[in-house]
Amino acid sequence: TFVQRLTIYKHFLLPLFLTLVLCQHLNPDGLQIVSFKWHHVEAPYIIAVWILVASLAKIVFHMSHKVTNVVPESALLIFLGLLLGGVVWGADHSASFTLTPTIFFFYLLPPIVLDAGYFMPNRLFFGNLGTILMYAVIGTVWNAALTGLSLYGVFLTGIMGPLQAGLLDFLLFGSLIAAVDPVAVLAVFEEVHVNDVLFIIVFGESLLNDAVTVVLYNVFDSFVAIGGENVTGVDCVKGIVSFFVVSIGGTLIGIIFALLLSFVTRFTKHVRIIEPGFVFIISYLSYLTSEMLSLSAILAITFAGVCCQKYVNANINEQSVTTVRYTMKMLASGSETIVFMFLGISAVDPNIWTWNTAFILLTLVFISVYRVIGVVIQTWLLNRYRMVQLEIIDQVVMSYGGLRGAVAFALVALLDPEKVKERNLFVSTTIIVVYFTVIFQGLTIKPLVSWLKVKRSEHRDPLLNEKLHGRAFDHILSAIEDISGQIGHNYMRDKWAKFERRFLSKLLMRRSAQKSRDQILNVFHELNIKDAISYVAEGERRGSLAFIRSASTDQLVNVDFSTQRPSIVDASVSALLRGNPSSVCLDMQAIEEKRKSVRDKEDTLSHHVLQQYLYKPRHQTRHKYSRHAITPNTEDNKQEKEIFRRTMKKRLESFKSTKLGVNYSKKSIKNYKKDCMPRKVNPEYSDIEEAHEHEVAHQDIGISFIASATRQALAETYNGIDNPTFISDENVMVRPAIPPWLSNEDTVVPSQRARVQIPWSPNNFRRLTPLRLSTRSVDSFQMADGPVPEHPRMTLPEGTHL
Amino acid sequence: MGSRASTLLRDEEIEEIKKETGFSHSQITRLYSRFTSLDKGENGTLSREDFQRIPELAINPLGDRIINAFFSDGEDQVNFRAFMRTLAHFRPIEDNEKGKDPSSSEPLNSRNNKLLFAFRLYDLDKDDKISREELLQVLRMMVGVNISDEQLGSIADRTIQEADQDGDSAISFPEFVKVLEKVDVEQKMSIRFLH
Repeated sequence: TFVQRLTIYKHFLLPLFLTLVLCQHLNPDGLQIVSFKWHHVEAPYIIAVWILVASLAKIVFHMSHKVTNVVPESALLIFLGLLLGGVVWGADHSASFTLTPTIFFFYLLPPIVLDAGYFMPNRLFFGNLGTILMYAVIGTVWNAALTGLSLYGVFLTGIMGPLQAGLLDFLLFGSLIAAVDPVAVLAVFEEVHVNDVLFIIVFGESLLNDAVTVVLYNVFDSFVAIGGENVTGVDCVKGIVSFFVVSIGGTLIGIIFALLLSFVTRFTKHVRIIEPGFVFIISYLSYLTSEMLSLSAILAITFAGVCCQKYVNANINEQSVTTVRYTMKMLASGSETIVFMFLGISAVDPNIWTWNTAFILLTLVFISVYRVIGVVIQTWLLNRYRMVQLEIIDQVVMSYGGLRGAVAFALVALLDPEKVKERNLFVSTTIIVVYFTVIFQGLTIKPLVSWLKVKRSEHRDPLLNEKLHGRAFDHILSAIEDISGQIGHNYMRDKWAKFERRFLSKLLMRRSAQKSRDQILNVFHELNIKDAISYVAEGERRGSLAFIRSASTDQLVNVDFSTQRPSIVDASVSALLRGNPSSVCLDMQAIEEKRKSVRDKEDTLSHHVLQQYLYKPRHQTRHKYSRHAITPNTEDNKQEKEIFRRTMKKRLESFKSTKLGVNYSKKSIKNYKKDCMPRKVNPEYSDIEEAHEHEVAHQDIGISFIASATRQALAETYNGIDNPTFISDENVMVRPAIPPWLSNEDTVVPSQRARVQIPWSPNNFRRLTPLRLSTRSVDSFQMADGPVPEHPRMTLPEGTHL
Repeated sequence: MGSRASTLLRDEEIEEIKKETGFSHSQITRLYSRFTSLDKGENGTLSREDFQRIPELAINPLGDRIINAFFSDGEDQVNFRAFMRTLAHFRPIEDNEKGKDPSSSEPLNSRNNKLLFAFRLYDLDKDDKISREELLQVLRMMVGVNISDEQLGSIADRTIQEADQDGDSAISFPEFVKVLEKVDVEQKMSIRFLH
């Protein structure tokens, strides 16, 4: 019937419409029933169509995994842009769509930078801030100055031919081409998985060098306008001063708006629907305000995002948090797509094309060479003061990953052709440089990195011993670092945490968020303790064999592995193939060279199993920032949870055995009897009850000790939620009426039972509903801190690309 | 931070520790303030609870064993000297130490001593051999829950086979050293202590 209906409409409506149009045509001065009002909708229509085209392009690209593995998406988008530009040019013979600086700076760049700031891993960022600043400021100035000066020098030799440019023009060009671009860097580093520290350094550099770029650009721009001869020393000094003003001012504005935003979200409890809006509006305002005051807008919006993360996530409710995250990612991803596409389109404009081989070639050479030299020198200097050294491969990635992108293009498009006579040359060169870095360097960085990683590790089979003990060494080293307080325990950081806790949180966080932060912490460690205790008791009751067999409380480990062996091989190999290139290379060798004998096959199996299942040490965890995905991997948390549970169990056991000693064994027997016997016999009952209470007291001491240790442990593990100095209330003890593990109930899953017992815990708990805790006990308090692993339920099943 | 620590640690002590461990003056003072910040009971020694209070150790698979390594046999408390002595194992090996007086005893952070530290972590019963059971225990600690006992057992057997040269199905210390001869232990087991 639907098809029938469709045909009816087709036969009916189409003639109707045609007659209407015909009527109009016949009587053009009368009332127009239907008209074609293109100019009415032209502007928004075109914008909408471009956005649609960009998004459709993304869909098409991601249909083929083979292509996206090799070619970075940014390159694909540029190609598409070139194609479309050609089409537009062919149709219209005028470049009607280009990336205008206004659109770029006001609409396309802010979402990208806000996304970067909002999801910035703060701890990593501020931990490496010195390094980042050094590369951003000194590195950029070095690059800009040397590039400009060298180009000028070569110009003086006359190779470039007659150009109407002076020293200042070259310096101006140097300043805009020197800056590493955050958009491009992010786009490429998505594909290349580098370690945390390296990523944050390059990425942080690309964000923070904006201040330098803005200052240099403006200074040289105004110098060029004044005219080279009129520049005085005072002007130079003013230039230097303006750098500090611009950067610090921009940062301050960002921070002020972040505080404003956090404060506002404290009161939005009754307007939950529009909560997410505040985040975007206020951050955007910080960008515009800073732009208005001619300060560094990128720094403002970056720091707005960086500083508001924690409070916003604590204050607004969960659905709003999700909304904010998704929207931000969507805007950023969309903007990035449009930017790259327009970079392609804008190039198809013969009016701007000026070709000067020497200039272009030399620019490419100079920026690459000077970047490498700059990185090497700075790294050598920094390594003397850094805990975690930057190695050769890191330096290679840093130099090679210094991509130029749309910011340079937008800046060069802003140049006034009257003041800067060679503007078109500069534009052409910038376009070529951007294309070269994004396409060529983007394409080759991944193979380069894998090749280097393989080359560094020796071409011989690592022994099982080496792998195992090597991993053990890593763990030992992490532990010693933590014990000796060399990494992660910082005087400044502790001071800041104290200050933050006492003043800022009180001001900026909702009261409920402040309280639940502590309560959730308490409950989490209580759940663990009760889990641990009940697990241990259960195991002992069942007999030690059961205890050893099942390695964890919440996983069924009684799987018959003998039948599953073949699939284990496949699973580990394919998992490896999907994973880290370096580990793939090592084991692929192992596979190939040892494919022959069965015994060797077993050996390989052992290698693979170890490789797959060994816990990762701290330095190898993957970085938590991703442009296209909201969920960073939850595997690390799984690993941490497993180890944590195990450690707590062991500690509780050893605590029990040392402190309770003789008493315990007697009481356990009595309790066992109590469970088995009916409770009719009175004299024995009272006897047992005494013993029972005695034991409860002992175990309570055990629990409270581990409770306090765990509370601190959790407080500091989960990034700055809590502060050891705050935990003064050691008297918070668990005093359930009947310890759950001694009741007569049959085996209930321990954590469920523990959940039920919550009302008996410290008094200010009542607000939290058990339901919320049971599904989100971990996530909620993690969310109070910042970008965190999403609850697995929320991951889109189709994959992670938005 | 600095002044409180240095009044409680006398200069002679610092000198002795310097000689024994090779740390510099500033490193010792810095580590002393770390020691005191860990020492919640303020009695000049650290107990196991003080170590367990460090959060990252709870999520380190070998955390508890490493804590035990600080305590000598039968002792329940670690004083500052013992603390430094254990940490000294992780000092980077400097070139100028290699040409030192051969008659003085091996420095604590020599390659041999680093490996000995690790060996002692495995060898719980202190019989100078890592038996299959001890290796299994360590493996189990370092590996997730998804490996069955049989698989783990076979890995342990393989590992011992690789290293075992005298056929006693256990790894003795010389065998341990030999099997790790190609590993850059100096780099893997060293921390740059802040000055």
